[in-house]
Amino acid sequence: MATPLIVSEVSKAFTMHLRGGIRLPVVANVSFSVRAGECAVLGGPSGAGKSSILKMVYGNYGVDQGQIIVEHHGQLVDLATANPRTVLSVRRDTIGYVSQFLRTVPRVSALDVVAEPLVARGTERGEAHARASELLGRLNLPERLWSLPPATFSGGEQQRVNIARGFITDHPVLLLDEPTASLDATNREVVIGLIEEKKLKGTAMLGIFHDADVREAVADRIIDVTAFAAGKVAA
Amino acid sequence: MTDEPLLRVTALSKYYGSRIGCEDISFDLWPGEVLAIVGESGSGKTTLLNCLSTRLLPTSGTASYRMRDGQWRDLYRMSEAERRFLMRTDWGFVHQNPADGLRMTVSAGANVGERLMAIGDRHYGNIRATAVDWLGRVEIDEERIDDEPRAFSGGMRQRLQIARNLVTGPRLVFMDEPTGGLDVSVQARLLDLLRGLVTDLGLAAIVVTHDLAVARLLSQRMMVMKDGHVVEAGLTDRVLDDPRAPYTQLLVSSILQV
Repeated sequence: MATPLIVSEVSKAFTMHLRGGIRLPVVANVSFSVRAGECAVLGGPSGAGKSSILKMVYGNYGVDQGQIIVEHHGQLVDLATANPRTVLSVRRDTIGYVSQFLRTVPRVSALDVVAEPLVARGTERGEAHARASELLGRLNLPERLWSLPPATFSGGEQQRVNIARGFITDHPVLLLDEPTASLDATNREVVIGLIEEKKLKGTAMLGIFHDADVREAVADRIIDVTAFAAGKVAA
Repeated sequence: MTDEPLLRVTALSKYYGSRIGCEDISFDLWPGEVLAIVGESGSGKTTLLNCLSTRLLPTSGTASYRMRDGQWRDLYRMSEAERRFLMRTDWGFVHQNPADGLRMTVSAGANVGERLMAIGDRHYGNIRATAVDWLGRVEIDEERIDDEPRAFSGGMRQRLQIARNLVTGPRLVFMDEPTGGLDVSVQARLLDLLRGLVTDLGLAAIVVTHDLAVARLLSQRMMVMKDGHVVEAGLTDRVLDDPRAPYTQLLVSSILQV
């Protein structure tokens, strides 16, 4: 399918019940699609709702209105209304996510953290470890760290573990939440290279990049999130 | 992956006289899925767990379980003997207090071996070898196999209780505040261990906890209970990161940041 991700008229607000039920609108009428082999970047100032959109696409935030359609196992699935079991299945096989921060699990080694998405999809552990080593090597994570749990790693080291974990699978859709925020120039280049390779493989990517250099290098298109500001009346 | 749930719960209610224990609870649990039930004391989560594990009979509603032969059975219409057999073989129950799930005056090895004997294993050598293997998997030194759990620390007792439950290869494990009475550092180790075992063995589990971090680490799906009702349910990270019910928002915002 040429358009693996379609977001249609999505709205989201937070209702703060502990603050007297005030309603904080986040975005309204969000509509865009991402084609295979394309990297679309969500643009706009902080607070415009970029992260919220990414989290809705991953099923991490609920959706008040609208549809988020992905092709999953040959069928179209609406993530806005899908049950938890379907969302988990979509995450395992269709939508990958590189989050901004690594949620570390104590005692699990960096290599296992990276290999886990492949193991979950049934790849043999040895092969998954080989792929994980290759990626961590490319991202210049010192080999002596691979067998350690990432809890004590620096921000940049944790982020590289996170990137490797997100890029190890061949999910048709990949979400990138500031994957280069705490990386040095060398490793930013590595990530740009990884994104280029994903494009050639036909992965549809949707990302947030605050770093202008990286954004210019990878973005095929900027989606202006301010156009979806909640409260704004659609023309 | 199978396309049928393991457990089907429909409109389950339990009343203590006119007081609600839990009311109108419905959900499906799938093989390999971990469901967390969270809520404060008195929310009905333990009542629900006890009904599901047939330690308590509900006032109304049904719960059906898919047996190993693929047959669906109504848990509350089984004979006592059938239920006991299920409890000993295909199910596990991890109590908050290990003393409730262990026999404190027989050796650690016998605690693990007893469940094997209950399913007909009679070969002493095999039983002991399996017990040693399981003690290793829950990180208890083989040298301690002949010690009684009375001589174990709280964390070790809890790990032993887990080994005792998992040795028969159950498909469904109930856990009631599995890390409840433990020191924080011991809790973390136990959680890691549980997480690894649940993933490796593909267990389905229902975990009652008041600790949202436990729910986050162990479960894929959660139900939030208050006053006997489910006030919010869904994917664990969705419920915790985008809580919608007023009570869930209160719970999530009450976590102390360290």
